[in-house]
Amino acid sequence: MTTTTPSGRAAARAAALTWNLLDRRPADIPVATSETVPVTPEWAYGGADGAGVRVCVVDSGVEAGHPLVGEVVGSHAVVGRDGGLTVEEVAPADTCGHGTACASIVRRVAPGCELHSVRILGENGGGTGAALLAGLSWAIEQRFDVINLSLSTSRPQFSQVLREMADDAYFNRSVIVASAHNSRIESFPWRFSSVISVGSHAEDDSDLVLYNPDPPVEFFARGQAVQVAGPNGSTTRNTGNSFAAPHVTGLSALILGKHPRLTTFELKTILYLTAANVRGV
Amino acid sequence: MDHPADSTAMIAAISGALADPGPDDRELLASIVRVAREIFGAAASSIFLFDREEDQLVFEAVSGEGEDFLVGTRFPAHRGIAGWVADTGEPVTVDDLRGSAMFAQDLAERTRYVPDAIMAAPVVHRDEILGVIQVLDPHPQSRSSLADLDLLAAFAGQAGLALHGLVRSRAARSALALGGAEFERLAGIVRVLGELAPEQRASGLRLVESLHEVLAAMAR
Repeated sequence: MTTTTPSGRAAARAAALTWNLLDRRPADIPVATSETVPVTPEWAYGGADGAGVRVCVVDSGVEAGHPLVGEVVGSHAVVGRDGGLTVEEVAPADTCGHGTACASIVRRVAPGCELHSVRILGENGGGTGAALLAGLSWAIEQRFDVINLSLSTSRPQFSQVLREMADDAYFNRSVIVASAHNSRIESFPWRFSSVISVGSHAEDDSDLVLYNPDPPVEFFARGQAVQVAGPNGSTTRNTGNSFAAPHVTGLSALILGKHPRLTTFELKTILYLTAANVRGV
Repeated sequence: MDHPADSTAMIAAISGALADPGPDDRELLASIVRVAREIFGAAASSIFLFDREEDQLVFEAVSGEGEDFLVGTRFPAHRGIAGWVADTGEPVTVDDLRGSAMFAQDLAERTRYVPDAIMAAPVVHRDEILGVIQVLDPHPQSRSSLADLDLLAAFAGQAGLALHGLVRSRAARSALALGGAEFERLAGIVRVLGELAPEQRASGLRLVESLHEVLAAMAR
């Protein structure tokens, strides 16, 4: 006969789907951030560098060793195998430079974070549909703390499966930071409430993050004339929403580095409370 | 009575739908890149068609540098800035790009012009990425701003309509090449109908309708 210990029951409860609080008291569900209000930038990320936070850039790959990027701990790619798509480890390289540019922004904001890359664009071609699903699904399975997705797909047939994946990430503490489409196009997954969506403001301020009271785009960050990594140690200046999202990815890494195990809801709330226009500065 | 003129117009309409190589669409594309180049004060502007069968980008219209020889030139679809835009559907501006990985230098050299800045936007028609419009070396005051990128995206919307028309015309031409004799016979029927007096034409149209119903039933 087997017996269940209290700690065993707690573990079982933790693993099970929670839909009520009938067998517990409020004191049984402590919240890490409950005694720390008011939330200020200093409290949220002051002194943090993102150390211990795993960030994955889902894009065109990331060129490792660039002074503005530094170490890329893991480098993977979506590749075609036996008529399907799979994710394999590859040498760190970038097919068009976009992923490297995004990674350099994340690195600048969160210099201590652990950078990973999964390439979904470039060699395979085929755009952002099936490869996006395969790469994002893999990144969510790996439980990266933050996933930067500076692209989207406008194909409606991918919408529902992307929505389910985004929910899965949301409830498993993998934060998807997705750039809004640059044009007024219906695309995904940035429109989903389970991700953190980012558009561009037009200020020349890389530290300025604004909350948007008129969603679906929830935050604005710098996406205009952003200094980013080019090849062989060079820099370029890029413009587009693609380059706004990595600012919020980096900021999320700072917050999670200082406050590990936040839920996506808590993180998004902290981003809101620390946004410059919410703080009134 | 002006029946011959009427019949000519009807035949022109049918053959236009079936076989017109799309001079209007091509002129519109040329106009779009010409205006884009002037508005952005750029060295060149061009529109690529994304040839999915060949997985290539094809120059369809060029204004400025390369306009004499670039139309029809093909490039791999997933390289460089245009390739990234075709893959993602996202407009982008890249400045200071001599040596940028996003900018495929070897491809640029094939065009005999290596720019320092590129603005590029997807050419979309009903959610489908048909191609890319790009502006090379826009005036420094006309780049690096989100508003400029929005303006280029607006041009891309017009280009989408024109490129869609061009693709449709080419598809019609292919259909004509495959079934030319049948279409010629249909055009002959239209010509005869056009030459008939009104009462006879009404009878003729009823005959055509009956034939259409029989054929539709066969197709079912």
